[in-house]
Amino acid sequence: MSTGITAFGGYIPRLRLSRKSIVKANAWIDPSLAAHGKSERSMCDVDEDSVTMAVEAARDCLTGVDRGTISSLFFASTTAPFDDRQNSAIIADALGIDEEMTTLDVAHSQRAGTSGLIAGLKSAEVDGDGTALFVAADHRQTRSASVQELLFGDGAAAVTLGKEGVIAKFLGAHSICRDLVDHYRGQGAKYDYQWEERWVREEGYFKLVPKVIKTLCGKTDVSPGDIDHFVMPCLIRGARENVAGKIGIPAEAVRDNLLSGCGETGTAHPLVMLVDALQDAQPGQKILVIGFGQGADALLFETTDRIKDLTPRKGIRGTLANGTVEKNYQKFLSFTDKVDIYWGMRAEAGNKTRLTAVYRDRKMFSALIGGKCKKCATVQFPPAHICVNPECRATDSQEDYPLADSPAKIVSYTVDWLAYSPNPPLIFGMIEFEEGAKFMMQITGFDPNEVEFGLPVEMVFRIKNFDRERNFRSYFWKAAPQSNSK
Amino acid sequence: MATGIKDKVAILGMGCSKFGERYDCDPEDLMFEAFQECQQDAGIETEAIDAAWLGMLYSNESTGSSATPMSLALRLPNIPTTRVENMCCTGTEAFRGAAYAVASGACNIALALGVEKLKDTGYSGLPARSMGPKADLWWPGLSAPGAFAQLASAYRAKHNVPKTDLKEAMAHVSWKSHRNGVLNPKAHLRKDVSMEKILSAPMIADPLGLFDCCGVSDGCACAIVTTPEIARSLGKQDLITVKALQLSNSNGLEAGHRSWDGSYFVTTRAAVKRAYEEAGIKNPRHEISMFEAHDCFSITELVTMEDLFISPEGGAGKDILDGFYDHDGKIPCQIDGGLKCFGHPIGASGLRMIYEMYLQFQGRADKRQLKDPNLGMTHNLGGFPHQNVCGISIIGRGD
Repeated sequence: MSTGITAFGGYIPRLRLSRKSIVKANAWIDPSLAAHGKSERSMCDVDEDSVTMAVEAARDCLTGVDRGTISSLFFASTTAPFDDRQNSAIIADALGIDEEMTTLDVAHSQRAGTSGLIAGLKSAEVDGDGTALFVAADHRQTRSASVQELLFGDGAAAVTLGKEGVIAKFLGAHSICRDLVDHYRGQGAKYDYQWEERWVREEGYFKLVPKVIKTLCGKTDVSPGDIDHFVMPCLIRGARENVAGKIGIPAEAVRDNLLSGCGETGTAHPLVMLVDALQDAQPGQKILVIGFGQGADALLFETTDRIKDLTPRKGIRGTLANGTVEKNYQKFLSFTDKVDIYWGMRAEAGNKTRLTAVYRDRKMFSALIGGKCKKCATVQFPPAHICVNPECRATDSQEDYPLADSPAKIVSYTVDWLAYSPNPPLIFGMIEFEEGAKFMMQITGFDPNEVEFGLPVEMVFRIKNFDRERNFRSYFWKAAPQSNSK
Repeated sequence: MATGIKDKVAILGMGCSKFGERYDCDPEDLMFEAFQECQQDAGIETEAIDAAWLGMLYSNESTGSSATPMSLALRLPNIPTTRVENMCCTGTEAFRGAAYAVASGACNIALALGVEKLKDTGYSGLPARSMGPKADLWWPGLSAPGAFAQLASAYRAKHNVPKTDLKEAMAHVSWKSHRNGVLNPKAHLRKDVSMEKILSAPMIADPLGLFDCCGVSDGCACAIVTTPEIARSLGKQDLITVKALQLSNSNGLEAGHRSWDGSYFVTTRAAVKRAYEEAGIKNPRHEISMFEAHDCFSITELVTMEDLFISPEGGAGKDILDGFYDHDGKIPCQIDGGLKCFGHPIGASGLRMIYEMYLQFQGRADKRQLKDPNLGMTHNLGGFPHQNVCGISIIGRGD
């Protein structure tokens, strides 16, 4: 049986920063920035990071997938929130996957997405029946007034890999390792240091990418002319078309690099573009994926008939369509820690996370596990020793009941301008789930003028508290507008 | 049900500091101010007090833990002195400790004192504080106005009230309290405010504007209680006695069970039912002469009118706009200005409410004086609509 991709998912944050707003604020420094002023780039909300985006992409990918079959989880990113604390373990816990599994973080290069994917596919080939979940996400950090600020975006994509229900067969992969430093980020640095684009194009993309494609095509006995979808993230204008032309890939196969509305999502981008291609692809089509950074990766897939039967999901298309344009550049600067905003004394309150408490109740906080009373069937959150139903009061009667994917609605709400929030106003309210569980929680993603009782919401995994003093962040779930983009 | 403490406890004396931004006072100064008035009113020496209760919520902002700071400040004669805390219901909780001690016969004379020093924080509103390591990990980081604002949307949903209509009734609540506060020399806010100004004030937590929120104040109130027999033996006439004293705490139903719709207080209904029973009240709308409700926010007062079974369900807005609770209305409420204008030094508030009832019965309420009040009630609430504690006291003439 052949190995391949069995499902996919994607996540582009709802917020889209107007590039005009970036240009407008920075044209005094560099008027040529205006050349990149079209459309928007995706940006994380203040409570989003690579881990939360990865969780959302993975949830989308696991639509209709039995989570019990997941035997390994790979997470690729160069902007993971923790340098030493396995980020994939946070993701696995949030997804509520059984702990008897392999988890691994892949990092340190823009190629981590594709190199990690090759490793994931190869391990799935030898790994029996299990399904591997591969997620890539980047929350990109750039200097103000840089071209990268305009062209980069935040996002995530996920695929499951296995032998059962393959929608895109893995035909093969090839890699070249070459320490060409087009950019780097030294230890502890916040931003990349970029070398001249023309050199990167000539010595990098134009030499290494054709080479790796030629070898892969030879290995797999596929002609470049047979490629239907050419996935090659590259911001240099015309470079993708040039490479395709050089090697004989049809011009119409060159995939859009999603600059419009999204921007380049770093390590995640080969997967983001791959998922976008899979949402387009017909059965029997060949997809070539390129990763670039200290060498190049090439992966070749061929879609199967099963791609038509995949449960509908948001993917990149769906989340890309679900955007809100943000025109306030200052907000973006604040969300990415570039301005020192005065938040008032209320923001001074200490935020030390008690790691013991988080660990003790990890199921409740990570995967939003409530309790279902075995006696009266009341679903409740938080789970407790004594049933919340006044007619029942059974003791120690509750079994785990995950609420993250349950439909819910707003029962009461407020738009709070007093409580501290790094993205004021703080909107919160009583959220009631279809099964009856309810609790007071933060509401995110609503226009303050549009929130109202009775509106449907869905759960999203977000940053709950920042502890800047100790450089820690804790995660929890929030209620977001129900997306209808599946 | 137990027989309760009706007429078993008499108020021997009461005192209340001026509420407000008492930048001139430590909490100990406020204690002394209220206690001195109380002691003179009671006509006893400090040595006659057998036990004392201190109510205070924000220990870090006031005097730290334990009741010892009160024992020090008032030079109490090495008697049992206990600090109690039940969020904003703390004042009533302190009173309950003293009243029960006297009713049980354990003490002849007991002191209840509530104090709070909130104006050493450097900012407006209540101090932000942790709800405990676990709750901080999942509670939404709410503010008090935000939590109480929830009532408004839930009330609108339940009774199908347009947002503007509810806002107008809420505005009348604050308008009335401001008018009352003008007449009270001890009140924090003593300024008449127009409906227009209330309705157009900056939003704090939608739909609560600035004037929908009570004042955050420094202050202290206290009571010395004893038995009616001892009070008479000390020469007191026209006794003011406790008719009922009840408390009710949430058990998680509001926060976690769908049977609660978010528009009312489960605890207020439970506590007041028991209080009416203890006091022998059958029809509160006709028997209660006056009351002080916990008007931390205008919407709280509005829904409380129904929870106390005085306004019919869904009918509080109409009663309020009809002036039923105004100073010249059928049942005046917040005669002293309420939390809204007298101010809300947390630990003191429950006792401050009883203080107003006490003054009214004694005919000592000056320009606020009502004619021949029969029964007075206080409603003191701590926490949030979805998780709280409610204290009710009913006070009346002893004979």
